[in-house]
Amino acid sequence: MDSVTATVPRPRYANVAAQTRTFWALTVAGFRRYSTYRQATIAGAFTNTVFGFLRSYVLLAVAAGAGTATVAGYDPARLASYVWFGQGLLAVVLLWGWTDLAQRISTGDVVADLLRPVNPVTNYLATDLGRAGHAVLTRLVPPVVVGPLFFPIYLPHRWPTWPLFVLSVVLAVVLCFGCRFLVNASAYWLLDVRGPMILWTLLSGVLGGLYFPLRFLPDWVVGPLWLLTPLPSLFQAPLDVLVEVDPTARQAGLIAVQAAWVLVVLSLCRLVQRRAERKLVVQGG
Amino acid sequence: MAEPGALRAYWALLRAQAEGQFSYRASFVVDLVANVWSTALDVATILVLFGVTRTLGGLDLHQALVITGMSACAFAAADMLVGNVERITLYVRTGRFDTVLTRPLPALPQLLLLDLPLRKLSRAALGAAIYLFALGSADITWTAARALLAVVAPAAGVVFFGAMFVITASVAFWWTESGEFGNAFTYGGRDFTSYPVSVYSGWFRNAFAYALGFAFVSYYPALALLGVPDPIGLPGWVGWCAPLVAVAASGVAALFWRSGIRHYTSTGS
Repeated sequence: MDSVTATVPRPRYANVAAQTRTFWALTVAGFRRYSTYRQATIAGAFTNTVFGFLRSYVLLAVAAGAGTATVAGYDPARLASYVWFGQGLLAVVLLWGWTDLAQRISTGDVVADLLRPVNPVTNYLATDLGRAGHAVLTRLVPPVVVGPLFFPIYLPHRWPTWPLFVLSVVLAVVLCFGCRFLVNASAYWLLDVRGPMILWTLLSGVLGGLYFPLRFLPDWVVGPLWLLTPLPSLFQAPLDVLVEVDPTARQAGLIAVQAAWVLVVLSLCRLVQRRAERKLVVQGG
Repeated sequence: MAEPGALRAYWALLRAQAEGQFSYRASFVVDLVANVWSTALDVATILVLFGVTRTLGGLDLHQALVITGMSACAFAAADMLVGNVERITLYVRTGRFDTVLTRPLPALPQLLLLDLPLRKLSRAALGAAIYLFALGSADITWTAARALLAVVAPAAGVVFFGAMFVITASVAFWWTESGEFGNAFTYGGRDFTSYPVSVYSGWFRNAFAYALGFAFVSYYPALALLGVPDPIGLPGWVGWCAPLVAVAASGVAALFWRSGIRHYTSTGS
């Protein structure tokens, strides 16, 4: 006998076009939702820019103190690019501050998501891509424009780097969404996600490469980090691709690692969601 | 200052908070542990940076750690005691601030006590431990005056960061949707004061270090303790100005807060 789930059966579309249209409509809705938070966007871009100055000066002082032409493969211009593009990507990838799903679980609103004829993972992913698209225009641009006014930065010299960078950013956004979905989904079991959320916030920042490029760590730490955790693929990957610390083949290799992690994490999201739906007790009156 | 009745009311607020937080014991312990990490990672970051360089802004690892430790200690304590004032944006937006104002106690201490995050005690303790370790491992020629400074400077830092939290939170009275804006100066200030001011330069350094006063939180007091001359060129006694700067910052914070409250109009309903 089939087990009873909390979800309505989802209609199977005969054609992909209809599914694509739904996905696109959700993405546009996500974009428009975030475009209404105009003042918060300005405040966020300002803060990213201030942190851009702080991190640039510190990393450049590290380069100066080391007394060599490059530190762990980065020259000063590459470090500056690393910081400023990183500050721009921070809100695009959105490491922190997404608790929509966890809140909907603890209030019970999540039941509305389950009634929709779209898988919740797909639904939230589409909305998140819309959010990321909005962030590219409003949050990536300000630090990337301000940084070069005050620091000499490095821009790619090889043309294939640009499409690779774009691809790497898209993968990072999808992967980060997946990780955030998993952290939020722990609310199905825990209700209060503060613990997993704090852990995620701290680990994703430091092991994603936000505070310093991971190559500053010894090799025996960095290798396992890339392969055993998705964290470097969130942030370090697009930035390393951009500043061309590696030849094209290795850039492609980084992207392959990201793609593998996207597959793993998204499959895990669907699995967790299905499990959760089997045991879900809807909160609220 | 406060009359006995008011003190009793504050005490009751604090006790209710503590009881409430301790009653979820497992959750409280998890929070205690989780809160240690952010300060631990700040320090780990410095260690990683010194893994690839020998000096940072002209200081070696042990000297830089005194700065980082002093800043971590001051920030963690201020964040525990005053950091929650950040939530004022929520109170203003939802109109819950009205209930605070109608009570016969000043608004600021009420707000702080209403939500005092005792879980952050662990972080304040770790900050203090790192500072003590840094003092022990750095090469300091101790005198009575320096011992006094070693105690007064982080205390002044707590006051300074507390003032910064209040100032940035007051912005919410005029700009309700200010969001992350305040973080640039609170968490940004923590990052700024974790490193020697000599790593920064230009107008950015002038703005953060001198106009906003962050140089006096950890950098100049630490130089005075270490007996190291300032590469930027200020005389050695400026390290002793930390308490004055903290008092000045508190004055500014009080001004901001008072005019903010006067400017506040309820969101109604």
